[in-house]
Amino acid sequence: MTMNRIDQRFAALKAQSRRALIPYITAGDPAPQYTVGFMHACVEAGADVLELGVPFSDPMADGPVIQKACERALKHGTRLADVLDMVASFRETDQTTPVVLMGYLNPVERMGYEAFVRRARDAGVDGILMVDMPPEEATAVAPLFTEHGLQSIFLLAPTTSPSRAATICAHGEGYLYYVSLKGVTGAASLDVEAVARQLAPLREMTDLPLCVGFGIRDGETAAAVGRVADGVIVGSALVSRIAENAERPEAIPAALKAVLSDMRDALDR
Amino acid sequence: MTKFSDLTRLPDAQGHFGPYGGRFVSETLSFALEELEKAYMSLRDDADFQAEFDRDLAQYVGRPSPLYHAERWSEKIGGAQIWLKREDLNHTGAHKVNNTIGQALLAKKSGKPRVIAETGAGQHGVATATVAARLGLKCEIYMGAEDVERQKLNVYRMRLLGAEVHPVESGSRTLKDAMNEALRDWVTNVDDTFYIIGTVAGPHPYPAMVRDFTAVIGREAREQSLVQIGRLPDALVACVGGGSNAIGLFYPFIEDEEVAMVGVEAGGDGIETGRHAAPLTANAPSGVLHGNRTYLMSDASGQVSDTHSISAGLDYPGVGPEHALWKDVGRVSYVAANDDAVLEAFRELTRIEGIMPALESAHALAHAKVMAASMRPDQHIVVNLSGRGDKDIHTVAKLDGLEF
Repeated sequence: MTMNRIDQRFAALKAQSRRALIPYITAGDPAPQYTVGFMHACVEAGADVLELGVPFSDPMADGPVIQKACERALKHGTRLADVLDMVASFRETDQTTPVVLMGYLNPVERMGYEAFVRRARDAGVDGILMVDMPPEEATAVAPLFTEHGLQSIFLLAPTTSPSRAATICAHGEGYLYYVSLKGVTGAASLDVEAVARQLAPLREMTDLPLCVGFGIRDGETAAAVGRVADGVIVGSALVSRIAENAERPEAIPAALKAVLSDMRDALDR
Repeated sequence: MTKFSDLTRLPDAQGHFGPYGGRFVSETLSFALEELEKAYMSLRDDADFQAEFDRDLAQYVGRPSPLYHAERWSEKIGGAQIWLKREDLNHTGAHKVNNTIGQALLAKKSGKPRVIAETGAGQHGVATATVAARLGLKCEIYMGAEDVERQKLNVYRMRLLGAEVHPVESGSRTLKDAMNEALRDWVTNVDDTFYIIGTVAGPHPYPAMVRDFTAVIGREAREQSLVQIGRLPDALVACVGGGSNAIGLFYPFIEDEEVAMVGVEAGGDGIETGRHAAPLTANAPSGVLHGNRTYLMSDASGQVSDTHSISAGLDYPGVGPEHALWKDVGRVSYVAANDDAVLEAFRELTRIEGIMPALESAHALAHAKVMAASMRPDQHIVVNLSGRGDKDIHTVAKLDGLEF
């Protein structure tokens, strides 16, 4: 099997000594017809990996910004099947940028794992990050994901114990998503020094790229985190721009690009 | 060994009840749940902790609660004898306090100065605020904005007890949304906060822990039946939302194969209308919500469905994972009672026995009435009267065209 797009991308970044810029947007927000355009806009602004949120009625780990994004997307009936169609459509013109589906397990449970992994692979999805599926609960389905070339991305948190961290590092693929703070998405600003301290022991456990999310707001925070991590993940800061422009979606690509270009420049400086 | 004896050995080490249960949470909570599991497992077998728990149940809650023979009502129905396990007589007026006493003791022993809880009808919120007041813990309660509206009395009770009540405006503004918000609070304040979940759902170890704290209901009912009826009852009936009062009554009888068990879900306007809160009765497909896999009402794309019930406490799209397994293995049967039958049972018990049941408990009564009618007078049904109806007076009065 050829190398997964995520691994390819991180290998290339490493060769160039660059940090990954990973935007998150909720699929279907503010309406389904715009999402593919937003994905391309993110890539044009320098995104290395795309995290595409699958809207869910009960986003327990998300703060108000992404909760409302889910509500906007669900108002238009954006389903998991539609999200997969969006990825397929994105792949028509972009065969290289990795796409990770991020969300909650229940839509996948309802579709059924067999159907989901087949359709995700066919659509061109590269990684799966289910917020409410820690490695312990993933053991039954992990082989199915692997078989279909889907990498399992797991979260690490400031509260993760060393023994759990070892387990997560052993099961993780693609990259590890380090949650920078205790809280929901869109929460207060992160403490870069604390993040640096917490990432250090993880480097001993794994060669996987360590990417940091939660609290990345602008070029400055992105650059600061980029000095200690292999990548930065930005979600609520982008989704806020979508919310502000929900009534005039044609302005959104430029708004997304403005945030991301700033971060890209800061990361590459 | 009986056919169902292996059911008493669940959950397994990962918190699974067969295919159900588990610990489906975001990573930030994993450590807190591991800590909680460790603390609970060590205290569960600790004689001092159990003695303190039992003393509180006796002296603060007022246990044992009576098993009352509803003679006039039984006679009127003209079938089996109906016995009521009077959890409505507990301090705070419902079975919820058994669990909150246990969890608050655990919070205190774990050194957590702050407790949070979700609540639907407000009974769990009141029970949590009560034990928090007694133990000097800071208390914040999440309650769906719609429930805040229909349960004003309990909201005020919680505030009097010193709790801060947060109305939750997201989603369907009911119990499930309150639980989402409580989980968000916990993930943010996990260092100093103990989350007192009010039902046998949530991530492991909650379903097992809440069951164990609530099982005092069934242990007492079993002993009382042997003394007052002279044998085990023929059937047990309890309402099921998340399912804590039902588990509490059923669990100690689980190996008594001769005792039938029926869980009564909220039929709302009727299962066929789709406006209900009865995932087991309606055979909802399995899904994952709030940390566990269970029967879950969701649409074809996996979005959790809005539920409907006259009783806020049963207005929940999922159900405790142990109930899901008990349904699959056939140990317990699950049915639904519709809003109109529930109201009729509420009025009947009030008028005939002078006992005003909570609308939640009235679901169990409505079905017990149907069952009793088809049974003989020498047969016995124990119904869990899980709470008192004072909190529902506004709801019932409104249907009578009265406003206070």
